[in-house]
Amino acid sequence: MDEAVERLAATIRDAADSGRPLAIRGAGSKDFLGHPVAADTLSTADLRGIVAYEPSELVVTVRAGTPLAEVEAALAGEGQMLAFEPPRLAPESTIGGALAAGLSGPARPFRGAARDFVLGCRVLDGRGRQLVFGGQVMKNVAGYDVSRLLTGSMGCLAVLLEVSLKVLPRPATDLSVALECSEDEAIDTMCRLGGRALPLSAAAWADGVLRLRLSGARAAVAAARTVIGGETTDAAYWEAVRDQRTGNFLSSLPLWRVSVPAATPPLDLPGSPLIDWGGAQRWIATEAEAEVVRAAAGAAGGHATRYRGGDPRVPAFHPLPEPLLALHRRLKAALDPAGILNPGRLYASL
Amino acid sequence: MSALHERSPGGDPPRVEPARLAAALREILPGHSVLTGDEAIAPFECDGLSAYRQRPAAVVLPETVDQVQALLRRMSALGVPVVTRGAGTGLSGGALPLAEAVLLVMTRFDRILSVDPANRCAIVQPGVTNAAISEAVRTHGLYYAPDPSSQIACSIGGNVAENAGGVHCLKYGLTVNNVRSLEIVTVDGERLRLGSAALDGPGFDLTALLTGSEGMLGVITEVTVDLLPLPPGRRVLLAAFDSVRAAGDAVATIIAAGIVPAGLEMMDAPAIRAAEAFCQAGYPEDAAAMLLCELDGVEDDVIEEASRVRRILESHGARDLREAVDEAEQVRLWQGRKSAFPAVGRIAPDYYCMDGTIPRREIARVLEGIDELAAKHGLAVANVFHAGDGNLHPLILYDVSRPGDLEKAERLGGEILELCVKAGGTITGEHGVGKEKIDQMCVQFSPQELAAFHGIKAAFDPRGLLNPGKAVPTLARCAELGGMHVHGGALPHPELERF
Repeated sequence: MDEAVERLAATIRDAADSGRPLAIRGAGSKDFLGHPVAADTLSTADLRGIVAYEPSELVVTVRAGTPLAEVEAALAGEGQMLAFEPPRLAPESTIGGALAAGLSGPARPFRGAARDFVLGCRVLDGRGRQLVFGGQVMKNVAGYDVSRLLTGSMGCLAVLLEVSLKVLPRPATDLSVALECSEDEAIDTMCRLGGRALPLSAAAWADGVLRLRLSGARAAVAAARTVIGGETTDAAYWEAVRDQRTGNFLSSLPLWRVSVPAATPPLDLPGSPLIDWGGAQRWIATEAEAEVVRAAAGAAGGHATRYRGGDPRVPAFHPLPEPLLALHRRLKAALDPAGILNPGRLYASL
Repeated sequence: MSALHERSPGGDPPRVEPARLAAALREILPGHSVLTGDEAIAPFECDGLSAYRQRPAAVVLPETVDQVQALLRRMSALGVPVVTRGAGTGLSGGALPLAEAVLLVMTRFDRILSVDPANRCAIVQPGVTNAAISEAVRTHGLYYAPDPSSQIACSIGGNVAENAGGVHCLKYGLTVNNVRSLEIVTVDGERLRLGSAALDGPGFDLTALLTGSEGMLGVITEVTVDLLPLPPGRRVLLAAFDSVRAAGDAVATIIAAGIVPAGLEMMDAPAIRAAEAFCQAGYPEDAAAMLLCELDGVEDDVIEEASRVRRILESHGARDLREAVDEAEQVRLWQGRKSAFPAVGRIAPDYYCMDGTIPRREIARVLEGIDELAAKHGLAVANVFHAGDGNLHPLILYDVSRPGDLEKAERLGGEILELCVKAGGTITGEHGVGKEKIDQMCVQFSPQELAAFHGIKAAFDPRGLLNPGKAVPTLARCAELGGMHVHGGALPHPELERF
């Protein structure tokens, strides 16, 4: 075990012995997400660097505290990318934070989510024990899929030390188009085009404009362009959506992330949404009551996260039915029996 | 084949009198859903790994989720273990019955509940076959991507339980990447929704955790699968090579060039010859190795990629480079690969299929290592595998009627898997651990990692009633086996007591 890991393990063991909780932190760029944890900080900043990267394997192994920017620069140097487009909320945002939060960018419905690209991980559990799950190969079904369980678990189960991710080649070309239309028309168009064999890699609507991104070989993109029509537009828009610095992300109102089936008609909520993921992720800036937002999401078969701002007493994540929540508690107890890792960040009783 | 008795973590459950068990089952299920007696249950004594056979205490085939809930509640109350089975095509003995357990067969859950083209998903019952899903949604121009070779028979519930793969995983992922949501019934009979109708769900990703959990955590009663647009363009190329190494290098170069083929399959000389003798696919019988490369997607993309792949294959010394001219030839080229297992079955009385995955760069080295191990045991091995994602399927040829052959095959199989782990890979890429590879789990995972798995299991099933003795070995079992796996003179689990 190297020194940085040994220090973290010792801190966790002490915390477990004394029952003092720890707040796990990478760059802190998502401190706003979930409930604050009143505890000593356990920083992953010392876990830095790319452990292994062989482009022909399509796999990169990275220490959790490595900035996303550093990982992406290394991949770009070989013509590859993190296909799930994790948001870079700050220049120093880390890969560990990206996976712990499980957020994915505009390409998600077309290329997959963060969890789809996680192949394996090295972690410290709540007893400070170093455990390795999954691996560095594309297919691995030995043992339970703990790596994916940890993705999006907001640090409530274990501390990520190192992750292995599947990477993909960057497309030869990207082309973005914009069409003016209503929210209804946009949802309909996104779902219709999504069911066709077109090289779509992003689809979003905001403020009366539907934007689509096409990615692939030059000829295929050009052919799709004539099918779709619209005006060619700036590809930089997708970076702004991905990094959450446009439209509703800039609002001073409470921001909700509403995850619904893509074809769900416009939600009956105040304020115009920023619709991403081809209709499946709707960012809504609204003062509406949490119950109202959650009822609308739930009625569509989805769920709503109080992503940023709003009443801190309102649960940040969509409440779970009690039997499911009880199962979450038992899983936490299995990996973090002293309950010291990010307690309450995801759900009050976790 | 398993010499060691595996105890569930909670100790052996009390044995329930057969007559009492049958009466209990008939109280909660209609008569035609309960099978007892040797003749009725004999067809269920094994899954696709037929070397292992065991008759269960009873077989039940419920038809409603209410019945599954009632069954699990009752079996929990009686302390009777339950082994869940889909179509029984699994290759690792995951659905192998236990003598004291009820075998819960889900094949009567065979309805496609809804197809939603706008949201590109379908909600299906677990007993629906893999191929039936793609068949049902084809009119919408959609399909379900994972295609294990047993796809006309295997059920989606079993696919989820095993995280099944297939020949298109490199581009389209395994089952876990193509399932959106699950409904399960827990050992207590509680019905839970995992994930949501959206692309993700609140809380932990239990859909991912359940996928590949081999029936240890819950019974899958409904699956929401992702659907993809059918790719309009497809090309299939065949290339013969004079060495396995040259073929392996060509694979690495294709991937490094930024091409992600839909399928990239390799066969070695014994497999090529067996397949050619079996179905006359037109394979190069004098080649040391052969690659099949399928590219799919938008027509213009596919044309461009096919010409790039051609150049790469040529630069690595490919000969007999062919591109299927039409769909009929594409099917014929695939036919040989897809029938490789039965083809090998004709050249040897018995074969034992392994499933290790390794980093692609290790392909040539590991194949050479397999040759050496095979020679040591005096057995032959034919290799067919998913080269694109490094998933090997060495087929160990043996003759069960020759004394000692089966044991040799098992030992060789174990050593091959350990070689895969040493090369930075895993003991199973897509077939699951089940009963078959449970001992190799002791090689791949530390006692603490195994303990974490047991903790997860206990969170769902504290008394260990669901599929006991599969997937995750007890620490005691690993300790008992310790002598088999001594590397470099170091005992693998020095902290454990020896028996």
